[in-house]
Amino acid sequence: MIQLDEIQKRLLMEVADLHKVPEGAFNIRSNGESAGRQSSANIEIIPKDNGSGLDIRIKPGTKNESVHIPVVMTKSGLTEVVYNDFYIGEGADVTIVAGCGIDNCGPKDSEHDGIHRFFIEKNASVKYVEKHYGSGEGTGKRILNPGTEVYMDEGSYAEMEMVQIKGVDDTNRKTTANLKAGAKLIVRERLMTHGEQRAISLYDVTLDGEGASADVVSRSVARDNSYQEFEAKIIGNAPCHGHTECDSIIMDNGRILAVPGLEANNVDAELFHEAAIGKIAGEQLTKLMTLGLTEAEAEEQIINGFLK
Amino acid sequence: MLELKNISFGVESDGQSKEIIRDVSLTIPDNKFVVITGPNGGGKSTLAKLIVGIEKPTSGQIILNGEDITDKTITERAKMGMGYAFQQPVKFKGITVLDLVRLAAGKRLSPGDACDYLAAVGMCARDYIDREVDGSLSGGELKRIEIATVLAKGSSLSVFDEPEAGIDLWSFGNLIEVFEGMRENIHDSSILIISHQERILNIADEIIVLSDGKVTKQGSKEDVLPGLIGTSAAITGCSKVVMRKGGEAK
Repeated sequence: MIQLDEIQKRLLMEVADLHKVPEGAFNIRSNGESAGRQSSANIEIIPKDNGSGLDIRIKPGTKNESVHIPVVMTKSGLTEVVYNDFYIGEGADVTIVAGCGIDNCGPKDSEHDGIHRFFIEKNASVKYVEKHYGSGEGTGKRILNPGTEVYMDEGSYAEMEMVQIKGVDDTNRKTTANLKAGAKLIVRERLMTHGEQRAISLYDVTLDGEGASADVVSRSVARDNSYQEFEAKIIGNAPCHGHTECDSIIMDNGRILAVPGLEANNVDAELFHEAAIGKIAGEQLTKLMTLGLTEAEAEEQIINGFLK
Repeated sequence: MLELKNISFGVESDGQSKEIIRDVSLTIPDNKFVVITGPNGGGKSTLAKLIVGIEKPTSGQIILNGEDITDKTITERAKMGMGYAFQQPVKFKGITVLDLVRLAAGKRLSPGDACDYLAAVGMCARDYIDREVDGSLSGGELKRIEIATVLAKGSSLSVFDEPEAGIDLWSFGNLIEVFEGMRENIHDSSILIISHQERILNIADEIIVLSDGKVTKQGSKEDVLPGLIGTSAAITGCSKVVMRKGGEAK
């Protein structure tokens, strides 16, 4: 196992809440190579033959186990594309914690493109947490382009929490999901951009089986001169239930484009979209100021709550 | 003690200036429960906003415990000991009841301590402490939480803008008990309530009638209240229904 320095440890804490080597199965990727890997009795982590990523195989029926696969980058100018495939066996119930932290102190751009595919078998249940974080004073950009593909078999369940609060200059996120009968997908995205950052997030969810349901909710804050695009498309090909929601706060010169997309190809498909963009309500600031907070403190509390 | 000296406040609308508060002078003494009443549109809520700093007077002075606070901000006044309960409680996304009570108290209260404030407004705290202060709560629940935040803040002058507005009469009956409790524990603080409700007027030490932006009456409950009974400035739940029905019948 490679020794991690203080910056790498700090990044690990930010993206995976890891203070030490995690229990259970894990793979820590640091500056393009594995800094530690461990499989467990039920969860196997196998490097792909061509070295492009990992296959993570979770045995059917595995319960209450977790997999951590955080990535940290501290070298300026490093660009990598990683393909990780998760095979979640029938009836398993697991938590997967991914996430990427980039500390870029140099002049060159650092980029990590993580492509994650999830094959979730019948009646399996997955909680997936992905946090993105950037730091470092360098002029090089910190770029993260996550691609997520989710294939959900009958009766499976996936809950995905995607968080990017700080420090990532450029993001192009694409998430696609395909749900069979009775499968349920819940996505909770939280995003904050500042400075000159740009973040694009596209969702394409297809509900193919009877009783499939998806709930995709994004809460975001765009500050300074940052720009965000959120495009959520749900396609209903069967009697199903789909809901997307984009709720955003804009501040300073922040800009946001929200594009709803609903396509019903079955008369019993029920699809909903909600979107709201606006600045912080003045009365919210006033209320907190009457409790003794300054305007800046009130703003911070409102945003913290909103992105919690 | 709070003193208003010759306070006026006007707004511009459709190119015309309109005076909402006209040269109002009054005093809210320490340890008193004072109710401001009067017809709708008479300037009561505006006066409350001027007191806590949400609006700035066009002219006049506001003095708190001898210090001129006319130019102080909302935050400064709050730190000097003013509390304010909104007529329409503000909703938040993601901020829980516990968060809000903690912010009000200005310290990291334990959930148990926060519960005490909710219990004081008749809420079963366990059911509410982790709820978000948003549209999932009823008007009566939001109103109670609003009052709990003012209690948690602990103010030397607490201003309540129409606590009865927007809630059903059953909830209001319970709320009255909260104010009766405050009335009993008023030590070293004053309470200013804007209300039309006879039951609130009944527990007042002093009543101020504000009409058309001017103070038309001010005095002890005994002096002022008898003249108000039966008018829109002092209504009971039942008479309100009777009056409305009567009005429609004519």
